[in-house]
Amino acid sequence: MELKDKLIGSFLAFENTGLADLDSKVHQERTEAFNQFEKVGFPTKKDEDWKYTSLKAVLNTDYNLFPEMENNIELKDVKRFFIHEIDSYKVVFVDGVYSSFLSETTHEGCDICLLSSAIKKPKYKMTIDHYFNTIANKNDNLTALNTAFTNEGAYINIPKNTVLPKPIQILHFSTGNSQDVLLQPRNLIIVGENAHVQIIERHQSLSENATLTNAVTEIFVQKRAIIDYYKIQNDKQSASLIDSTYVSQKQNSIASVNTFSFGAKLTRNNLKFYHNGTHITSNLNGVTIIGDKQHVDHNTLVNHKTPDCESHQNYKGIYADRATGVFNGKVLVHKEAQKTNAFQQNNNILLHDGATINAKPQLEIFADDVKCSHGCTIGQLDEDALFYLRTRGIPKEEAQALLLYAFSNDVLDKIKIPALKNRITKLIALKLGVNLGFDL
Amino acid sequence: MLHIKNLHASVNDKEILRGINLEIKPGEVHAIMGPNGSGKSTLSAVIAGNGTYDVTQGDVVLDGESLLDFAPEERAHKGIFMSFQYPVEIPGVTTTNFIRTAINETRKARGLADLPANEMLKKIRATAELLDIDRKFLSRSLNEGFSGGEKKRNEIFQMAMLEPKLAILDETDSGLDIDALKIVANGVNKLKNKDNAILVITHYQRLLDYIIPDFVHVLHNGKIIKSGGKELAYELEEKGYDWLK
Repeated sequence: MELKDKLIGSFLAFENTGLADLDSKVHQERTEAFNQFEKVGFPTKKDEDWKYTSLKAVLNTDYNLFPEMENNIELKDVKRFFIHEIDSYKVVFVDGVYSSFLSETTHEGCDICLLSSAIKKPKYKMTIDHYFNTIANKNDNLTALNTAFTNEGAYINIPKNTVLPKPIQILHFSTGNSQDVLLQPRNLIIVGENAHVQIIERHQSLSENATLTNAVTEIFVQKRAIIDYYKIQNDKQSASLIDSTYVSQKQNSIASVNTFSFGAKLTRNNLKFYHNGTHITSNLNGVTIIGDKQHVDHNTLVNHKTPDCESHQNYKGIYADRATGVFNGKVLVHKEAQKTNAFQQNNNILLHDGATINAKPQLEIFADDVKCSHGCTIGQLDEDALFYLRTRGIPKEEAQALLLYAFSNDVLDKIKIPALKNRITKLIALKLGVNLGFDL
Repeated sequence: MLHIKNLHASVNDKEILRGINLEIKPGEVHAIMGPNGSGKSTLSAVIAGNGTYDVTQGDVVLDGESLLDFAPEERAHKGIFMSFQYPVEIPGVTTTNFIRTAINETRKARGLADLPANEMLKKIRATAELLDIDRKFLSRSLNEGFSGGEKKRNEIFQMAMLEPKLAILDETDSGLDIDALKIVANGVNKLKNKDNAILVITHYQRLLDYIIPDFVHVLHNGKIIKSGGKELAYELEEKGYDWLK
């Protein structure tokens, strides 16, 4: 059976699990989303937004849609996937099911907990109804699919004037011990006025069975609030991820999303920012380092609807072997959005002849008093620079790694959690196959 | 120490070096001068192992061993150092970490263990003091945002740390004002001893006011057309290169 048919067939059964009242808004959203998905199905390469990324190979698997949590995983087995050197809140899921054992949630001063319980409890009804599925793109079929099957994920609500003393880590593990699994986590994050929060997110497969994750995150950033969001993507070759993150910002807020894509079979990052207020800052940073036949696609949008706002996009890509990358970055400046500063930078290095990058920067500007720029480069390693390092006795591999590290350095500099920066640089060194004898 | 024998080298089938012969002994300072396009920088690049150039004939021998089959890093491990005209910027890697990597890679190649951190630190301090370099400078990213003078001083710092047998200074004076030039030259003079040798490659005589050569060679059209003592440099300064052609 085709995956689409299987999903359609199981929707009714899923609806009867009683997650939400049949007359609730969540139920209504899910039903509408399901109808949308049923009508159109999965995107294909004929869709403009999917021209360079084919889902064929990842959809052609008989995924289990509702995996049972078979084995409890032990902390020692997964500790390395946490940033464990620092104190943090943790919201952890195993095969889509919340793991209270691995998590550290709270309701004191803020809510860092589960979407499933937030949907069920009357106490949260108003908030859920107000925010859930309001900025997620309803015309995006994968987002619609996620909405239809919304069940579990992180629910984070930071009230106004709260500066969270420690970061939140959201981890999704898939054990897939006996089967291939499809996971559809859904996160809802609300950062109140003047609040400040740091979030680290990771999807990690623990098995060689196929995992397809179709994740959706909605983030609402209120006036003067600050959110720093870090996505670590370094999954197994058996895993694929389609991540859609929607950020809605109010005036004077600063939202930064940093995406580190170092592996998995296929990764698609839809990252969309919507401005609703003046003096907003949006930062989108990314470092992609992949090889083999891996594929990473960054599809970004900054929707400047209001005046006096700025956005900065900085994506670096390093592609080896037969890896392919896509950067499709769009900046939309509406007529009302005067005095917009929008910058977009995409630099790529292709290490081997078989590697490919498809870069498609798009600026659509309807206002006349704006500063917008975009730049895109595709190149190879600088041979002169390589020679310089080698004359100092540094072997070729290490010299290459140093240059690639330097290439991605201005993005790494944006990481505000030292332990995380350390981890990312170690992952890069590992990815580049070198041990430099110091923490880069 | 270094013996260059009938060296021919070309790039894209264009011959640039056309039979160079040169012998450098320990404790000596040699200067190679010549007009633009004479092959000066090619010569230093070929000695250091830049793969852009094909050696078509002849040999470069260090202490009885041909260097031609060795990679640039292996030549560095054997004691060749080349100071660049345009050193590369490496954001995010401090000079200290960089030199530590370079030294330990060299030690590894020579079958030695890593230099313990405290000894490394001591060596860095002593060298910084010797060359009158502020240690804060060494914790900045390598060459990033450095002025021309700072980059060249950093090159000399690296040279001091790596203690090469033969140091090649390729157009080290280019882009330096006279104060920066003096500082760099002083550094080189402090590192000079009876066991190492220095090959200065320069277009102008002025660097040779501060680094006094034992021998001056004039390179023209890929060949050494005249050799002499330090007075040859002054003669060139006065008369230019044309009288030799």
